[in-house]
Amino acid sequence: MKPPAAGAALVVDGLDLRFGAVQALSELSFDVRSGELFAVIGPNGAGKSSLFNLLSRTYHPTRGRITYFGRDLLALRAHQLAGAGIARTFQNLGLFGPLTALDNVVIGRTSLGRSGIVSSGLRLPRARREDREHRAAALEALRTVGAADVADRPVGLLPYGVQKRVEIARALAMQPKLLLLDEPVAGMSRDERSSIAELVGRLNRERGITTMLVEHDMGVVMGLATRVLVLDFGRPVAIGTPAEIQANPEVIRAYLGETAELSR
Amino acid sequence: MRTFGQLLFAGIALGAVYALVAVGFTVIFRASRIINFAQGQMLALGAFFTSWLVIDEGMPFWAALVLGLAATAALGLVFQWGVLRFAVGKPEFTIVMLTLGLASVLQAVIPTIWGSYPRANGDPWGHSAAHAGGLAFDWVQIWAIIAALVALGAFFVFNRYSRYGLAMRVAASDQEAAVAVGVPLRRIFGLAWGLAGLVACLGGVFLAGYPNSLDPTISNGALLAFPAIILGGIDSTTGAVVGGFGIGIIQELVAGYQPQDASWLGHNFYIAAPYIVMILVLLVRPYGLFGSRPAERL
Repeated sequence: MKPPAAGAALVVDGLDLRFGAVQALSELSFDVRSGELFAVIGPNGAGKSSLFNLLSRTYHPTRGRITYFGRDLLALRAHQLAGAGIARTFQNLGLFGPLTALDNVVIGRTSLGRSGIVSSGLRLPRARREDREHRAAALEALRTVGAADVADRPVGLLPYGVQKRVEIARALAMQPKLLLLDEPVAGMSRDERSSIAELVGRLNRERGITTMLVEHDMGVVMGLATRVLVLDFGRPVAIGTPAEIQANPEVIRAYLGETAELSR
Repeated sequence: MRTFGQLLFAGIALGAVYALVAVGFTVIFRASRIINFAQGQMLALGAFFTSWLVIDEGMPFWAALVLGLAATAALGLVFQWGVLRFAVGKPEFTIVMLTLGLASVLQAVIPTIWGSYPRANGDPWGHSAAHAGGLAFDWVQIWAIIAALVALGAFFVFNRYSRYGLAMRVAASDQEAAVAVGVPLRRIFGLAWGLAGLVACLGGVFLAGYPNSLDPTISNGALLAFPAIILGGIDSTTGAVVGGFGIGIIQELVAGYQPQDASWLGHNFYIAAPYIVMILVLLVRPYGLFGSRPAERL
């Protein structure tokens, strides 16, 4: 295996994904540097979700390699990613509706480290103390995202924007080395969007969590990201800083032109 | 006529068996939101296998029971690993149909191996009874209550105090999100099916005890658990147990009093009584006594 670039959290190398005759992704290579906030944008059907599903091990690539902090990501099963330090949020929320907000976050917590969600067996005193620590950490995560006041409410009954905060708190409680956010502001009002964007940016800056986000909302991406990858028809069109991307004529043709027209 | 005390005891014993059968449905439902239509056939397989070991192979009953439990749990595991594993993430309807397929296969296999005539259950109690306070307590009923209490108690401790219980709830709520927080779905589903097999076998062996006998129609015994599940609430193990005992007691009391006090209802009204309770519960409390209403934003 070729040694990863220094400081790379994620190295994607020659990734191909094909479903029958449909080439969802082709020849995709890029790397995400440790600590950066990396955004992937592109029109509908560009391959953003496919890429996300590859990274969360829902799909397996037809060809190519993914290296995560020097490890072969493709050797891990989907449920092992949490233990490896990869946390994600879902485009349509991935919360456990009947459980309280706090329990949802605690679950993210208990997937941590050596104990794991299922391996600790019966809750003997030591494990119970560990549980208390997990609850404290979960509450702290809820505080960080500004949702501590709803800790004891069933999460399914909370407003969408608050649920998204709880989901981010859960990801945070997993102490991630890599945070994957799948369209975190989709379906939100303008106010909710900017406050979630502010939160994502703050977590990345203050905690140094390497963050990769797939997003449709150009305003959010350009204001947040350190670098941006633009996909179109499963191929990389450009990669660079937001300023570089905004000035790239190919990007404007593939994506910005379209949105500019749509948003007129 | 049997006295109230006698009827109540019989009701509790019958309820213990119903509770075991009901918990089998509940454990799978809680982990994967599907109803296992092969639960009755798993129950039959456990009872037949145990009976075969005792009657045909001459094994002591308790040893045979342990092997029967192991075999039925293994059947659940094998079905999960060999078949359902490939359907993870498929619509629930697909998985329910697969359980119906398993039910059909087992329904055909059991009489092929062991014949379709009634056979002895193989339990050591037969019709023997203990007498106290002017009442007769059939040993098979006493043991049914003991076995159910031990099994259900162990199951509760496991559910409440091990993280597997939480992992099952999480898996049932959202599989994709469960995987993302590190829940190994296959292991969780395998565990649920294994546990369902255990309680199925136990329920089957006691359902086939005196005054019943063992024949392939015992798989219908699972249908008897439906009123219990509906009464208790399908996603609640507490509900399954309370529902099981409740339905058992109602059925025995109706069987004891109704032929005299309301003879116009006919001879076999006690068979219909649990289903009448079920229909009433569905009308008044569709989620059962302990079931959870789905939490939804309005």
